[in-house]
Amino acid sequence: MIRVVLPPHLRTLARVPGEVTLELPGKGPLTRAAVLDALEARYPMLRGTIRDHITAQRRPFLRLFACAQDLTHEPADAPLPDAVASGEEPFLVIGAIAGG
Amino acid sequence: MSGVRVVVGTRKGAFILTSDGKRSRWDVSGPHFAGWEIYHVKGSPADPDRLYASQSSGWFGQVIQRSCDGGKTWETPGGGATKTPDGMPAGESNKFVYDTSPQTGKPLTTHQWYDGTQHPWEFKRVWHLEPSLTDPDTVYAGVEDAGLFRTSDGGTTWQELAGLRGHGTGPKWQPGAGGMCLHTVLLDPSDPARIYVAISAAGAFRSDDGGKTWKPINRGLRSQYIPDPTAEVGHCVHRIALNPSRPKVLFMQKHWDVMRSDDGGDSWREVSGNLPTDFGFVIDVHAHEPETVYVVPIKSDSEHYPPDGKLRVYRSRKGGNEWEALTKGLPQRDCYVNVLRDAMCVDTLEPGGVYFGTTGGQVYASADGGDSWAPIVRDLPAVLSVEVQALP
Repeated sequence: MIRVVLPPHLRTLARVPGEVTLELPGKGPLTRAAVLDALEARYPMLRGTIRDHITAQRRPFLRLFACAQDLTHEPADAPLPDAVASGEEPFLVIGAIAGG
Repeated sequence: MSGVRVVVGTRKGAFILTSDGKRSRWDVSGPHFAGWEIYHVKGSPADPDRLYASQSSGWFGQVIQRSCDGGKTWETPGGGATKTPDGMPAGESNKFVYDTSPQTGKPLTTHQWYDGTQHPWEFKRVWHLEPSLTDPDTVYAGVEDAGLFRTSDGGTTWQELAGLRGHGTGPKWQPGAGGMCLHTVLLDPSDPARIYVAISAAGAFRSDDGGKTWKPINRGLRSQYIPDPTAEVGHCVHRIALNPSRPKVLFMQKHWDVMRSDDGGDSWREVSGNLPTDFGFVIDVHAHEPETVYVVPIKSDSEHYPPDGKLRVYRSRKGGNEWEALTKGLPQRDCYVNVLRDAMCVDTLEPGGVYFGTTGGQVYASADGGDSWAPIVRDLPAVLSVEVQALP
């Protein structure tokens, strides 16, 4: 089981009160792409809100963190920290501080 | 008619204002989708309880919302347990992808960028949702970068009507200050195959075959600084309106100039007449009087507020040229709000009502055709769009 923390607007959109937990098949190292694939499969309304529908590129004003590390610019298929894979630490989707 | 429902899109959410046929006491519901930009909300003429909303944000992109109970509850169409044939969740309702298929789409062409170079089409948001006149599940969406999409499954999936973007003049279209947006979609109640759209800054276009093929309809428009005064595209049309009883008569608020066409847009003539300024964004036509037209003059393209700090709706009862200022109940000093292009509408009650919203967060209503006005609400976020439904 892994844990994902969404920004408030996406929690509202997905109708989840707090942290999201996801079960991922345990083949190979856990990656950001696998987490987001599982998240969008469980909550289809989130498709297109975190990454582009077609290119799968992260939307510019979103940042991705885990274990106090900024993983935003890591490759989508890079392994996530073990503590995320074990569910000890959450994977964080954060709206950048911008705009009014 | 038992009442009216006014649906308001703002910079920070949607609001639903309801009243009985007298339109003097109002209930306010909202914010719906709090914190998100709601460019447009509109109800289906075929089913008043079916509403569609365009919800967007710079962080999270475009979301389409649908209500089947008049705005009490909302859903993202296809966002639930719906499965595609391969077992994957659908989740297509937010997916606006320009058609590049060889069968129906043109190659994804480019348009003119601010610096004069060519620039690829990039989807940004839905500006306007126009539900079908007859089918609650069919809706047209005008989007930025300018294109027209349609759903026929209640917003679950959207397909581009690529003949518009690909008809030939696309490389000459260019963004206005607000982006290159398709902001106006008008459906002809007398001819289901006829659709009008308007794009900033490209102009007006018409299809006579249900959206397959398109042609520019900008003859007679004059735009300052366009090198070719007879250019078929390149005009910054802000809004077009029609009265359903005379769908070939169109009224247009252009960047500058209020225009009229009596032949479905084939030709236009200026009807600005005695307006204090003919710059503005909104225009609409009285529901029962096809020669009664409303505009809100704005000082200029560099000063987006009413002249002299006086918020005045201007009404012509003669189809243009002769305009009277409507001021009763509207602020006549120190008022510097704007009224954006989708923020005026008319109802079909008797006598006909008129509504508009401002960037200062006020929504004004007139239950007597504009003779007098009163605010329904005063302190909403900046208003982007106002639509009204007569309830059975």
